[in-house]
Amino acid sequence: MKEGSQPEAFAELALPLMRPLYNFAHWLTRDTHEAEDLVQDAYVRALKGFSSFQPGTNFRAWMFRILRNAFLTSRMGTKMVQVPLEDEEGQEIEMPAVKDTPESALMGARSRQQIQAALERLPVNFREVILLCDVEEMKYQEIADLLDIPLGTVMSRIARGRKLLRGMLAEAQLRR
Amino acid sequence: MDCEFWQDKVDAFVDDEMPSAQVRDFESHLRECPACSAETVARQRLKIETRAAGQRFMPSAALQERIREKIGSRKQERWQWWPTAVGVAAALVLAILAGQAWNRAQMRNELAVQLVDQHVATLAAVNPVDVVSTDSHTVKPWFAGKVPFSVDLPNLENTPYSLIGGKFVYFQQAPAAQLLFGIRKHKISVFIFRDHGNTSSLGEESAPVRRNGFVTQTWSEDGLRYFAISDVNGEDVRKLCEMLKAAS
Repeated sequence: MKEGSQPEAFAELALPLMRPLYNFAHWLTRDTHEAEDLVQDAYVRALKGFSSFQPGTNFRAWMFRILRNAFLTSRMGTKMVQVPLEDEEGQEIEMPAVKDTPESALMGARSRQQIQAALERLPVNFREVILLCDVEEMKYQEIADLLDIPLGTVMSRIARGRKLLRGMLAEAQLRR
Repeated sequence: MDCEFWQDKVDAFVDDEMPSAQVRDFESHLRECPACSAETVARQRLKIETRAAGQRFMPSAALQERIREKIGSRKQERWQWWPTAVGVAAALVLAILAGQAWNRAQMRNELAVQLVDQHVATLAAVNPVDVVSTDSHTVKPWFAGKVPFSVDLPNLENTPYSLIGGKFVYFQQAPAAQLLFGIRKHKISVFIFRDHGNTSSLGEESAPVRRNGFVTQTWSEDGLRYFAISDVNGEDVRKLCEMLKAAS
């Protein structure tokens, strides 16, 4: 790739991703200013490292990975990962008291706000896999590569994240 | 194989990650098992709701501009011809008008790019639409209660077009309907949303125009904005738009 054409080529690929990247950053940080700093930082890092990007590989996943790494090394990310959010065996996670059944999940309207509130309450490592899978529609293997975790861990986090979400939504419906 | 075998595989089915050989077995199990069917539908519903609720945050125009500056893609449009001979007041008026036009063009491009992204993402998705049906009498009522307007669909009988389905999306922080049509091996997305605020800057296109390699056409009618996009030729897009206009 020619030196001079690099920023243009990068901009052409990266700018259309600003909306999903910002959305993901905001869900990770839950703060507008932090999300803005994070996205900006990710774009600067990505441009710097663009020469290492292999054309023909998954640019979108590459950008998300850079953003997520920037989050992990940010002040807020460091703080969040210091908290033992998850034990993969399940001891650390406090499950909602209400058990959700398929019937209760199918009955009654759940508002967008209720789902957003439940997503916000999800521990960050469940939240990120749910967002990458459901909102960004990434494949399990893409998520595993992006987060640098085994495929089985992706699957178990998705299953447990959804279980937590449904429990929270069932609780919210009971409170109505 | 019983429910216990399948219960930890429901997510893989919902996420389209189940091997195809297993999908057939699971589907035949679902036909016989109301409990697993209900569980699968509940998880499918949660996935659809999460997708809609998760598309929540939009980068501000200021952030977008800052990032463009940082990565050096900002288009430098400076006034090279400052008219010294013209009075200051007249120059200011010109500058304001030009600035407004530039802003409108920027906004129009930005909105169009977002819709192009959405169309591309839909085509790349495992499940491109939320409601899969060629029947307009299924798709139209499916949107009722999801979007704050009625989604009128044309009669496609004896035309080369087919309805593939519909999808509930969020655009400019407002609910919108995305219809997916097929023609030969191509797809056409038609977005419908309330036309207000920024979206009115999309303007009117009486004929299709080419944008980022796609053909688009947009118009506004009765407070609703329609935006069609595809990689087919302009004539195919125009004809479908005419049918949609006649149906609304």
